[in-house]
Amino acid sequence: MNVMGRPTSRGRFGEFGGVYVPESLIAACSELEEAFESSWIDPEFRSEYYRILSNYAGRPTPLTFVKRLSEKLGVEIYLKREDLNHTGSHKINNVIGQALLTVRMGKKRIIAETGAGQHGVATATAAALFGLDATVFMGEVDVKRQELNVFRMKLLGTEVVPVSSGSKTLKDAINEAMRDWVANVQSTHYCIGSVMGPHPYPYMVREFQRIIGDEAQAQFNEEIGRDPDFVVACVGGGSNAAGTFAGFASKENTRLVGVEPSGGAAIGRGTPGIVHGMRTMLLQDEFGQVSEAQSVSAGLDYPGVGPEHSFLHSIGRSEYYQVDDDEVLEATMVLSRSEGIIPALEPAHAIAWVLREAGKIIPFGSKVVVTMSGRGDKDASVVAELLKDKLA
Amino acid sequence: MTLSLSSHLNPKKNQSKKILVPYITGGLDDNWLEVLEAVIAAGADAVEIGIPFSDPIMDGPVIQEASQKAIEAGATPSSILGALAKQSFGAPLAVMTYFNIVHHAGLERFAGWLDEAKVGGVVLPDLPIEEMGDWRAVAKSHKIETVQLVAPTTPDDRARMLCQEAEGFVYAVGTMGVTGVRSSLADSATLIGGRLVGFSDKPVLIGIGVSNADQARQAAKSSDGVIVGSALVRRLLAGEGPDGAFKFVSELRGALDELSG
Repeated sequence: MNVMGRPTSRGRFGEFGGVYVPESLIAACSELEEAFESSWIDPEFRSEYYRILSNYAGRPTPLTFVKRLSEKLGVEIYLKREDLNHTGSHKINNVIGQALLTVRMGKKRIIAETGAGQHGVATATAAALFGLDATVFMGEVDVKRQELNVFRMKLLGTEVVPVSSGSKTLKDAINEAMRDWVANVQSTHYCIGSVMGPHPYPYMVREFQRIIGDEAQAQFNEEIGRDPDFVVACVGGGSNAAGTFAGFASKENTRLVGVEPSGGAAIGRGTPGIVHGMRTMLLQDEFGQVSEAQSVSAGLDYPGVGPEHSFLHSIGRSEYYQVDDDEVLEATMVLSRSEGIIPALEPAHAIAWVLREAGKIIPFGSKVVVTMSGRGDKDASVVAELLKDKLA
Repeated sequence: MTLSLSSHLNPKKNQSKKILVPYITGGLDDNWLEVLEAVIAAGADAVEIGIPFSDPIMDGPVIQEASQKAIEAGATPSSILGALAKQSFGAPLAVMTYFNIVHHAGLERFAGWLDEAKVGGVVLPDLPIEEMGDWRAVAKSHKIETVQLVAPTTPDDRARMLCQEAEGFVYAVGTMGVTGVRSSLADSATLIGGRLVGFSDKPVLIGIGVSNADQARQAAKSSDGVIVGSALVRRLLAGEGPDGAFKFVSELRGALDELSG
């Protein structure tokens, strides 16, 4: 199989992926797979998808060379500006695709999980745009730390259900969304927000996000005339990374780097396991109970990772590194002050890695594309609290 | 010696006796083995023992709470199966858990634990037949029976295939939803019972949303019997213990026996 081509039958990326769901959902996964496969080769579907991303969401997003930071670090840094999308992150790319599929499948209701709230807001936005009923599940911890996004979802007409089980974060929001889906599968589409879950989700969401990498690859080549040395993106479930990597996977001279939070590093610290419909790298205890991730970034606070990342790691095509919360906060300040771009805490992980590794893993003079997956407005209250001494 | 589900349950089906399979969460309280004995004494034909998992996507609030409580009390797959290994029980046992628990232990190792615990069957609700190959090969070599679940959304041709592949019994998912107590039996429960009985020579048991004696009687009219989990576990969470479990399972037994030929 081509690297980042189609998964094998039943959604395998090597030994990862699969369809580990209750029998009640098997028919829905097959229905979705058929809907996606037929739509993705349908020029009408594609043109509608691209039209909405362009006229409504604001694509293409720019590739911004950040001069001051580049001079300071001795490496050339280009930011793929997904933060400039409507709703403030890359999540809209996937949601527009899945909302179009929901309409094609004749379903009237859409549900989603959300961690940072960016996928929830994108889903709520698409629901409003397409006239669908929407319910978003969100861990109680995240409801508190991302209250701006909770408000946005409610304003958009979406029901937000706080989830109080387990760690009360993204993992538990997914459990609850799956339970809702089991009960309402005939009327409801589950709009998973990352490259995770049972087949076809990891493949489908990557395809809906590959516009990030395809655009960035073309923009970089247009401007520089060759491919970048490094492509860097943060990884929780890993959708912005998968979408970015997809544009460069065939470019052998481009190193693909995923940056995990040290408290949620499924690839860095996990072992193979099965959760949320997929076999993937997973943080778990000695008995196979899933561990609770711990990250300042609600969007990366997840003990698993998309199965394709587990596969890319296993074959050595992409590399995964970790940064800690302090490095992320520092990176948030550095990027804000050197470039006037306030990153969300999630892509601040990718920036933090570049700050740390410039001149080390990243040789001086390298050209580096970093995906700025979202903007930092949503994190204002969390960051204000954590940086209150520095900003006093 | 391990009591197998099929050798124990098939004769009951053939004699038109309705089958009752209660579910309890392993390691829920210190007295969970007494609860197990009590439900057998009250007339359970087999018992499903839940090995708790941190992320039970097929379970509603009651089983979630019981799972979390058991995990917090220190229950592990080996502690639960190790406790079963020390005793013998008068009815066949099946383990219900999520596949990560089995996968993480290692399939061969987990099957070995089941052997030692004299557990003859497994129910793995997040392992569909397409992903089951490796497990079934191991299970067969240990003579462990793997139950298949069939849902209201399962089309007929697939339902026929699953009934064919099922071992021990066919778990007919009575309602679209997760486990839990419901005020009335869903129409889908009687529909799926009637549909699968025609496809299967093994017992067809309706589970999920069978919550009391009336509902059990109603569900068993169109099937070979029922599985009752949340309604029993809710009583255990309320502290009713072995006595409460005995009383409730006796009521279910009585209701099913009214239908038995």
